[in-house]
Amino acid sequence: MRKLLAFAVLFVAVLGKETFNGLGNNDLSDVGFPVDIRVPVHQLKMVKRYLKAYDIQFSTMIKDLQVLLDEEQKAMESALAHVPEPRNTDNFDFSSYHNLSEIYSFQDMLVAENPNLVSKIVIGQSYEDRPLNVLKFSTGGTNRPAIWIDTGIHSREWVTQASGLWFAQKIVTDFGRDPKLTAVLNQMDIFLEIVTNPDGYAFTHTNSRMWRKTRKPNPGSLCVGVDPNRNWKAGFGGPGSSGNPCSQTYRGPRAQSESEVNSIVRFVNSHNIKAFISIHSYSQLLMFPYGYTRTPIKDYTELDNLAQKAVTDLASLYGTSYKFGSIINAIYQAGGGSIDWAYNQGIKYSYTFELRDTGRYGFLLPASEIIPTAQETWLALMTIMDHTLKNPY
Amino acid sequence: MMRLVVVLAVLMGVSGIPDVTISPPTASADTSAHPNSIPETADESEQIKARTEEGAEEDVMATGELNPNHYPARRAAQVVQHYLNTRYGSPFRLIGVQTVHSGNAEDVADSGRKYQLELSVNDIITNTTQTCSAELFFPKGKGQQPPEVKASLEELLKIDIKAQEEALYQKYKTNQTLMSAQYLPDSHGHIEPDMKPFWHLGILASSFIMLNESTENTLYNVAQVANITQLTTEEDHLEFDCHTLLHEVVSQEIIHWKMLFTWSPAEGVKVVQMKRLPHRHEREKSPKTN
Repeated sequence: MRKLLAFAVLFVAVLGKETFNGLGNNDLSDVGFPVDIRVPVHQLKMVKRYLKAYDIQFSTMIKDLQVLLDEEQKAMESALAHVPEPRNTDNFDFSSYHNLSEIYSFQDMLVAENPNLVSKIVIGQSYEDRPLNVLKFSTGGTNRPAIWIDTGIHSREWVTQASGLWFAQKIVTDFGRDPKLTAVLNQMDIFLEIVTNPDGYAFTHTNSRMWRKTRKPNPGSLCVGVDPNRNWKAGFGGPGSSGNPCSQTYRGPRAQSESEVNSIVRFVNSHNIKAFISIHSYSQLLMFPYGYTRTPIKDYTELDNLAQKAVTDLASLYGTSYKFGSIINAIYQAGGGSIDWAYNQGIKYSYTFELRDTGRYGFLLPASEIIPTAQETWLALMTIMDHTLKNPY
Repeated sequence: MMRLVVVLAVLMGVSGIPDVTISPPTASADTSAHPNSIPETADESEQIKARTEEGAEEDVMATGELNPNHYPARRAAQVVQHYLNTRYGSPFRLIGVQTVHSGNAEDVADSGRKYQLELSVNDIITNTTQTCSAELFFPKGKGQQPPEVKASLEELLKIDIKAQEEALYQKYKTNQTLMSAQYLPDSHGHIEPDMKPFWHLGILASSFIMLNESTENTLYNVAQVANITQLTTEEDHLEFDCHTLLHEVVSQEIIHWKMLFTWSPAEGVKVVQMKRLPHRHEREKSPKTN
């Protein structure tokens, strides 16, 4: 409370308006000394007009006092908890790229710090036996309708895993503060798989920064790995993927042959997913099904309109321009992709992003662009989640 | 009038994200879709037989007016970008496609396909934009024939880079040790500021290759300049040996090329030799890349 008094107010007498809610705890000032006042939002316009009319200079010290109060409240609760909570996610540097063990640690810390909101589900193991971790954000209920988001299915697309980390933090920070997100979490769960291809991600750190696929060897071939985004059971084996194990778009021996893919399939089939969003980089595109065929989806108009709204909202932050459309029109034909599968499972709001940039840096996006990318992408995600919440099916 | 400096602390309700201003969309919806057609079911999709994957890209090439948001226009625009960089690029001038405004494609008898594009390009370094009209011709037939491009830049050429070019040229013409740099950018997207001109040179030299290799079924970017090393030369230019990684978006392949090229302010970039390097899997050990 002491902090509140320090920020708020000093004098009101200068204006003598009874609509003011100052906490006058100081004596009246002299002319020529600054005065702090606290103004309720519904009186803000009127106050500013008054001050301008009388040529009284003013500046805003604090735009929204409530924000500071909330932060302080959180800090106090944390300090008073009898189990000292690791506050390390506050020290986590979202503006740099992290290795796999740092990401796993972050996930555990986030859960430890937010036990009432976040939990970790291990949905399976990668080929090299790494855990496939999904963070569940939930305010309760059983088998609630849910949003699925995955990042990093292609390991070289580093801005996606980095954005996933930022999204996790964003959800935790904004829950209870942002009305839109709070509304979503009050009725729906969010599932976030940050490192969808951990074997590939580890390989991009140790061996080859440009590695895309899984790390499963292919019998009879020198070439390793399957493209996890050609391995789903939707248009599998058709055009838009390769049967050659050495290809970057090798579909694998059969649909869902990769545990990284199969684990998600099993998870989605046993949960109530209403929106499925796969995040890639680069190209600055927001796309919906199909990739395997030119036949438009039944919900083409709705998904097209929603995509248009989402990219407009994304652009509002930094002016980043995204194109949108079905996969096969916007980028290329691709068979066996995740969102085509999800849509055919009945998950209407199935989208895939290609994040920044358009080729100048490509996969090697400067770390300084991680946060701006995540921030703008979040606006588009919120648009999709909000629409999903308001349009139950 | 009393003049007091008044400092306001404002209390609002629980802060929310302010309403986002909806600006006019830059992308238009696909008006050629048929929302009423019946989609294939999940069962049908599993019955799709394996067809030739390589090159079975599209059954029908986009003809007539192009949708600027779909890939045919984008791929053609990228070819224009590579062409402009081969013609006008410099360590201090790098051209990028910004937007395709409109486009048109048509078959030319049996010899190939012709494109017309209206686009905006920008000088990436100074972030200056200009509009540009371009014509492209993709020849049909045996063997990889490069596309022909007609496009020009006027506005962007007015930006004076002569002093910077001369300074760079003199510095490296007279340096005691030959320069060499690796991994531009590095894994984290970082490039040392004084290495940026060499990153740009690597991109420019690669643009000759990307232009040569482009078809309607490709989209090339430079993924990384793996190595650029200055070589001694008596001539009036700088000479470099360069290894770059190209990213071809449609196949998602990373293709390694080695080049020998020269540069001077007077001559620009000239590629003397170029060689595609074998795929990683064709060699025994995977080399570390950073």
